Amino acid sequence: MAGKFNVSSSPHVRDNSSTANIMKDVCIAMIPTLAFGCFQFGLSALIVVICTVLACVLAEYLYEKIMNKPVTIGDFSAVVTGLILALNMPPQIPVWMPILGGVFAIIVVKQLYGGLGQNFMNPALAARCFMLISFAGSMTNFSSVAMKYDSSSTPTPLAFLKAKGITDALEQYNLVNIFLGRIPGTIGEVSTIALLIGAIYLVVRKVISLRIPLIYIATVAVFVFLFGDHNPTTVLYHVLSGGLIFGAFFMATDYVSSPVTKMGQVYFAIFIGILTGLFRLFGGNAEGVSYAIIIGNVVAPLIEKATLPKAFGREAKKA
Amino acid sequence: MGLATFIGGVHPYEGKELSMEHPITVLQPNGVEMVFPLSQHIGAPAKPLVAVGDEVLVGQIIAEAGGFISANVVSSVSGKVKKIEPRRVANGSMVNSIIIENDKEYRAVEGFGKKRDYTKLSKDEIRKIVKDAGIVGLGGAAFPTHVKLSPKNENEIDYIIVNGAECEPYLTSDYRLMMEEPEKLVEGLKIILRLFPNAKGIIGIENNKPEAIAKIKKLVQNESKIEVVELYTKYPQGGERSLIFACTGRKLNSSLLPADVGCIVDNTDTVISIYNAVAESTPLIRRIVTITGDAVTTPQNFKVRTGTNYQELIEAAGGFKTEPKKVLSGGPMMGQALFTLDIPVTKSSSSITTFVEDEVEENPETPCIKCGRCIDVCPSYLVPVLMMDKALNDDTEGFEKLNGMECVECGSCAYVCPAKRPLTQGFKYMRQAVAAKRRAEAAKKEGK
Repeated sequence: MAGKFNVSSSPHVRDNSSTANIMKDVCIAMIPTLAFGCFQFGLSALIVVICTVLACVLAEYLYEKIMNKPVTIGDFSAVVTGLILALNMPPQIPVWMPILGGVFAIIVVKQLYGGLGQNFMNPALAARCFMLISFAGSMTNFSSVAMKYDSSSTPTPLAFLKAKGITDALEQYNLVNIFLGRIPGTIGEVSTIALLIGAIYLVVRKVISLRIPLIYIATVAVFVFLFGDHNPTTVLYHVLSGGLIFGAFFMATDYVSSPVTKMGQVYFAIFIGILTGLFRLFGGNAEGVSYAIIIGNVVAPLIEKATLPKAFGREAKKA
Repeated sequence: MGLATFIGGVHPYEGKELSMEHPITVLQPNGVEMVFPLSQHIGAPAKPLVAVGDEVLVGQIIAEAGGFISANVVSSVSGKVKKIEPRRVANGSMVNSIIIENDKEYRAVEGFGKKRDYTKLSKDEIRKIVKDAGIVGLGGAAFPTHVKLSPKNENEIDYIIVNGAECEPYLTSDYRLMMEEPEKLVEGLKIILRLFPNAKGIIGIENNKPEAIAKIKKLVQNESKIEVVELYTKYPQGGERSLIFACTGRKLNSSLLPADVGCIVDNTDTVISIYNAVAESTPLIRRIVTITGDAVTTPQNFKVRTGTNYQELIEAAGGFKTEPKKVLSGGPMMGQALFTLDIPVTKSSSSITTFVEDEVEENPETPCIKCGRCIDVCPSYLVPVLMMDKALNDDTEGFEKLNGMECVECGSCAYVCPAKRPLTQGFKYMRQAVAAKRRAEAAKKEGK
């Protein structure tokens, strides 16, 4: 009998979770948003999404092949990156731009730092910021053929709010339309209801906890209330638009680039909430979710170090 | 507030239904050779009291405690000492062992099995009987019980906790004992309570054993000093620190012993063994072993003499119905993987668990995505994801700073890891490295 059995260290059982399953859950959670985006913005949106996802997956496959590394596209993390990036794109963007963005996300932000788990920024967000700088015009042009918005006359709700104030903004886009998503914006950020359906799925599947999203949104709300016009309607307007819901549930909760400790997540959420508020109210841009989360990503390791939990019984002393 | 429990932990498949309804069957050794390792407890190895060629009897002390923290080894058979040589034990190492040729007559030492009125014994007499009987913690750690029963100040012990959690999946030996010998369990606890004037007895049982809970509750309904605590079924509920916290709310860390917070924890079978030794003059010469898993023909529970070969237990359970990929001494969360069945039953052999498939092999490691599930389940509130970085870099200092020495090696983190990383393995390795470093430093200091 000798030598016939496998030998390994305990434990000898594993639960049925896997990285691929977690990533698939995130993909599933984005389906409502994706569907709404395509329904609202038409074929151009669908083409952007397909091309971006393909670009990400192909970039990962080719990089790993060329570098003689095991191919990891089966873990679906590149698909998630592609989806998040695509949902952050304006519907009418020239398709080569998000393709370039996808390649940047995978090669520069993810693979050059060592692949999955090693990137210190959310690849999709970093790529979006890269594109915002490189293609400022196309990235902020929210015209849509399907919605009959054209670029000159239709700023996003937040830009409208910033320029004209809450009364005029409400006249242009009322809260119901903002909640449903009947507004200009990126493919995935517009419909709060579709995003929340996906978020509920992620929470039910225990892929994310509500710690980061709720604290993040609450911090933005409090900040906007205190330093804005003290109007609860304005606060609601801020919460429901500008990709805050999308960012809070789908980007700030990215495991790799947010703190792993529970207290760290609380501070992280407050930090990016304050940054978002700052950028929105006092910055040159009307929006600020992406930049806030990216900066939060950079600070996350420091937050983590400062928030290590106290081990069980550390305080105990001899009776 | 629901049932008593702790924070963290996991819910692996319990697998207890395979063997829990099988009453304990007595299994006499078939083979002639019985192997008694001199080190089947924590602490110094025992010193042989017999030489090759000597005749020994059932119940005879064949090796005595080799230090303060050590335990006697008692023969479970009568026969002739054939050899004293290193033999393979469950953890894979070779341990010097006394090998006895079993004459199958089971002639016992004088007074063996004689009933004794423990109420007439002094505290020191009870402790001596426990020591002579070679009793150690039978939950797995095998810490010498007489040492546990001799804290600095016996008046400061507030709780004697009987660990009836049996949280390790698949194991049912303690459950069967609670079902079949509950009187002995309660009497054993009463014997321990005699040593500690201010102590209260607590019997902690997980709520997946309702029949055992009902049975023992009924037995202790008139005992003012004994209480049954129903524990929430969650692994590692039976871990010493988790159990003490669940039963008393007290916390301890790796630098403290349970006695430092006024508690003594003994496993179900340990308490019954104390009863056997004190009230029935029967030292620790048998073990209840669960044979289980999906590879064995008839999962069940055996009462066997220590020194019996594992192979015999598998054969007695009908052999393998399917060739196993993995065989464990113990359960799936903390058990040792075996590469051979040529291993003797020792005091702490709780089970032989056999698996047709090896889940570890089937789940190759992928990169960590920092999901933090390991943190959520750690009963010691540690950050396994960061500790593993230190382990992979052989950074003992960093590992200590992250309180790595507080790890109880329960395996919960590795169980839930979606990236299937061998976290517990890394921590076991680091804890040994840190302990070795500390020993070397202590030796250096003494040298000065």
